[in-house]
Amino acid sequence: MIAHAIVFYIFSLIAIVSAIMVTVSKNTVNSVFFLILDFISISCLFIMIGAEFLGMIMLIVYVGAVAVLFLFVVMMLNVAQQKNEWFNSSGRSSHIPVGLLVSIIIFFELIIVIGGWKYKPDLLDSIAIEINTDLTNTQSLGSVIYTDYIHLFQLSGMVLLVAMIGAIVLTFRQRSGVKRQSYFKQISRDRKDGIELVDVENNKGVKIDA
Amino acid sequence: MAELFIFFDQIYRILFLLIPVLVSVAMIVWLDRRVWAFVQKRRGPNVVGPFGLFQTLADALKYIFKEIIIPASSNKVIFILAPIVTMTLALIAWAVIPFSETFVLADINVGILYLFAVSSLGVYGIIMGGWASNSKYPFLGAIRSAAQMVSYEVSIGVIIINVLLCVGSLNLSDIVLSQKDLWFVIPLFPMFIIFFISALAETNRPPFDLPEAEAELVAGYQTEYSGMMYAMFWLGEYANILLMCAMGSILFLGGWLSPIDLFPFNVIPAPIWLILKILFLFILFALIKAIVPRYRYDQLMKLGWKIFLPFSLIYVVLTASFLMYFDLLPGN
Repeated sequence: MIAHAIVFYIFSLIAIVSAIMVTVSKNTVNSVFFLILDFISISCLFIMIGAEFLGMIMLIVYVGAVAVLFLFVVMMLNVAQQKNEWFNSSGRSSHIPVGLLVSIIIFFELIIVIGGWKYKPDLLDSIAIEINTDLTNTQSLGSVIYTDYIHLFQLSGMVLLVAMIGAIVLTFRQRSGVKRQSYFKQISRDRKDGIELVDVENNKGVKIDA
Repeated sequence: MAELFIFFDQIYRILFLLIPVLVSVAMIVWLDRRVWAFVQKRRGPNVVGPFGLFQTLADALKYIFKEIIIPASSNKVIFILAPIVTMTLALIAWAVIPFSETFVLADINVGILYLFAVSSLGVYGIIMGGWASNSKYPFLGAIRSAAQMVSYEVSIGVIIINVLLCVGSLNLSDIVLSQKDLWFVIPLFPMFIIFFISALAETNRPPFDLPEAEAELVAGYQTEYSGMMYAMFWLGEYANILLMCAMGSILFLGGWLSPIDLFPFNVIPAPIWLILKILFLFILFALIKAIVPRYRYDQLMKLGWKIFLPFSLIYVVLTASFLMYFDLLPGN
């Protein structure tokens, strides 16, 4: 039990310190690396409370895919310079009030959740579905998501689909003059389309690309 | 006292797994070069030791004594961290690989997800190395590999779903045991082919070695690395390849199971079978390196997103409907 507690405190310490470092560190790329460290230690915490499926999915989705693309963007764009410009410019940035608003809302949400947990400890009993502790949590998640919560599940899928289509529409641009390769065209080419035999008259030459 | 005993017992088990993996990585590099040379009618490394077996050890010794050059304008912490990340991630994944019914370091419930997660983290070593070098070619290599590995991970994930539909469990031992009657390579043969090609792309092997395409990018993300740090990238890459081969043999070739449950086959110990299957897949990897020319980058992306992903998604639907119709779904 002591070993469990020690490991828990190590992971949560890493999580908190790296979360602070995300906001503190000057270099934006370092911030992203700390964010990744934060994700990893949070997923370790998930695994420690027995939610191994959630922890692994967190690793795969957030660390393996989302943070990679995030890192990608931060490395390509010069975000650090922009940030410095915002903070150094004399005119007020319009981003700070919005960020403040969002963070205040998140703060109150957290207070509500944690307060509910503190003052109503029997919150778990009010959940309609009983939790079967014999099954692994992958199995019990699967048996609930696709039956009782199928509509919510499909709805979140639709939200993701809309977000995906939106991202594609926003970034898609049709460039003209790009040479594209079509396998079918290449394969279906035969001797007739490719080669033309011409009898060349003496001293006349041939006009190509007529 | 008892805790201490458990601790040392675990350390012993870990070493008993890690040291053979590291030695076999060294041997596999030799095998790769020999197969490559064999296809091209050369001899390959054949001087150091019998058949040149110790060539990799000699190379490693050479790398140890070489100077480690850290570029002045690089981000030094991340520059040094990158090969360490690659090597560590390539080695920690071996913890869940079952070599037999009892010989497995950590028999966890979500073994296949763990393998998938670790292999998807592998991209960080490359991105970190490419970015921290603060140089153009490594950065281009890192960007290419990030896009490439993320794309092919998606199709590997869908292929894993195909296998999981037939198994009904995320545990690697369960996956192997459910292939007792029929290896999944037979009903899911198209998925096996796609898995194999995606594994080539995921480990940056030719014909998909665009992150280090020497004709365009010098050596890609590892251009600025020298000495032992380069060697760690190199060994980590081969450990990753072995891992992918192990994953393929567990998912499709029945892991440690013998092909036929008859006398001369079933006396051979289980780990030997797994090793033979890994070697078989690795020799295929090496042959492909020798005989297939490199892909162009847009072709690579097209293959991943427009061909593999839709095809494997359709196969998921097919597998699921087949299992549903014939009432073969596991867990009922």
